[in-house]
Amino acid sequence: MSTTTNRRQLGRSVSIVGAGMSAFGAFQDKDSRDLFVEAFQDMLDNLDQGIDIEDIECAYVGNYSSDLFEHQGHTAPIIADWLGMTPVPVTRIENACASSGSALREGVMAIASGMYDIVLVGGMEKMTNLPTEGVTDVLATAADGLYEVPAGLTFPGIFGAIAKAHMDRYETNLDHLLKVAIKNHVNGSKNPKAQFNVTIRTLMERRVARAEQRGQPVPEYNNEMDFLNDPGANPWIAWPLRLYDCAPITDGAACVLLVASDIAHNFTEKPITIAGTGQASGRPLHDADELTSLSAAKVAAERAYEMAGVTSDDIQVAEVHDCFTIAEIIASEDLGFFEPGEGARALDEGRTALDGDKPINTSGGLKAKGHPVGASGVAQVAEIFHQLRGEAGERQVKDPNLEVGLTHNVGGTGGTCVVNILRRG
Amino acid sequence: MAAETRAFNAASFNAYLTEEKRLMGVRCRGCGTLSPEPRPICHSCHGRDLEWHEFSGRAQLSTFTCISIGPVYMVEQGYGRNNPYCTGIVKLEEGPRLSARILGVDAANPQLIQTGIDLILDLEGVDPERPTPMFRPA
Repeated sequence: MSTTTNRRQLGRSVSIVGAGMSAFGAFQDKDSRDLFVEAFQDMLDNLDQGIDIEDIECAYVGNYSSDLFEHQGHTAPIIADWLGMTPVPVTRIENACASSGSALREGVMAIASGMYDIVLVGGMEKMTNLPTEGVTDVLATAADGLYEVPAGLTFPGIFGAIAKAHMDRYETNLDHLLKVAIKNHVNGSKNPKAQFNVTIRTLMERRVARAEQRGQPVPEYNNEMDFLNDPGANPWIAWPLRLYDCAPITDGAACVLLVASDIAHNFTEKPITIAGTGQASGRPLHDADELTSLSAAKVAAERAYEMAGVTSDDIQVAEVHDCFTIAEIIASEDLGFFEPGEGARALDEGRTALDGDKPINTSGGLKAKGHPVGASGVAQVAEIFHQLRGEAGERQVKDPNLEVGLTHNVGGTGGTCVVNILRRG
Repeated sequence: MAAETRAFNAASFNAYLTEEKRLMGVRCRGCGTLSPEPRPICHSCHGRDLEWHEFSGRAQLSTFTCISIGPVYMVEQGYGRNNPYCTGIVKLEEGPRLSARILGVDAANPQLIQTGIDLILDLEGVDPERPTPMFRPA
């Protein structure tokens, strides 16, 4: 018999007063600590009224696998040292690709508990030291190593199986998957920090130009779909997923500064409040309730909506975990933006585009912005922070009454999901 | 059937696959829930009185993927861009699902592979170094 209540509230209100990001990409000469320092400096440079580093009382750092990517464990004190924060407590949080989403929640709860007033949360990942198959192996450790991985399932493979189930059950097809990639690259082309700060149309034109220069047969593409249907340009990874269905391998870091809301105005006139936060765990795909949905995402969203006192209708902009194109379609359904099976149609109708009524992944998403796995959760929060403050530049959502945004951060194949709801003011 | 006395863990699961060519999971004596993964606590009722249960090996294909870019251990077996392999999720006739290799299908033409087809357990070629349940069309 359950003796707990589902209703959860923070002990006191928590605000975000600053956000920073390193450039996302492949950087041979940068280790994860360098990336985190870069994100932190970006945050300091943009913190309206500044902060003394010694006023930061605690930090949580999301990181998936510096151990396997960089042969470096115990990364938290290294970050404390490189930011000049020692001896304050700094803790690494590992929840696969939801590591920094989880780190953010720990920071929120540390302030809400009354323990601290000022907490730094962030995340980082240095992935490009390994070749692709090595990265594939590391990412597969986020799945069940005893009962999933031995079957040859990879991370793209599990999402490929989810995509196949979604296409069997609903009207979703291969073109829908590619349309997610096209949309997110359009957004990414407006994000100077994105790994792919370029549209797929431009990538297509570059491929044609390269073939012409080299005197090779010039491919005839009428549009991006032709390009993406060319197996030479867009090879299969894990059918029905191709290269352009997958988020890239990325080096990067992001951080935000959390403070008790009653002191937020010491740092900025435009704080963003954590209106709701939810986190849930889920089972491997074979044990999941459904093959076309992530149950942890639905539960996390329900908790976050309840805490914030809003519904999915109130969300005006969202960053969702599009580690694969199908994951964005499923997220848009799990979050309640669209009915189950309607995510693909909403995409067709342009509802999730930058100028749609439910803009998703204005940053370019994991697909185009890049996916340094341990950094992605906080990078999503940074994007919503900028959107709600009206400082997202070329990719700013044009709604003048933008007030409520959401982030959806998934670990592994739904083993963890963190949903945050942010509100202006 | 002789009393099964192995511990409920992956080592036992794998030993059944490789040494006895059987797919063995657990059944909760309290609520009857079956789990192909031998777990010591029932996921449904949290009961701790479980027993080994042999699955028939008959199943249907729930969903699948054909992998062109595999992990290092599959690449070492010769799989890759020019030789993809099929893996996915099967629904056992007893109800539960599990992840498994799918043999005997054309992984280079995944659009021809039908979900819902009947499958049968085939552990002849199971790799003792990396055992996993394997099925092929019945």
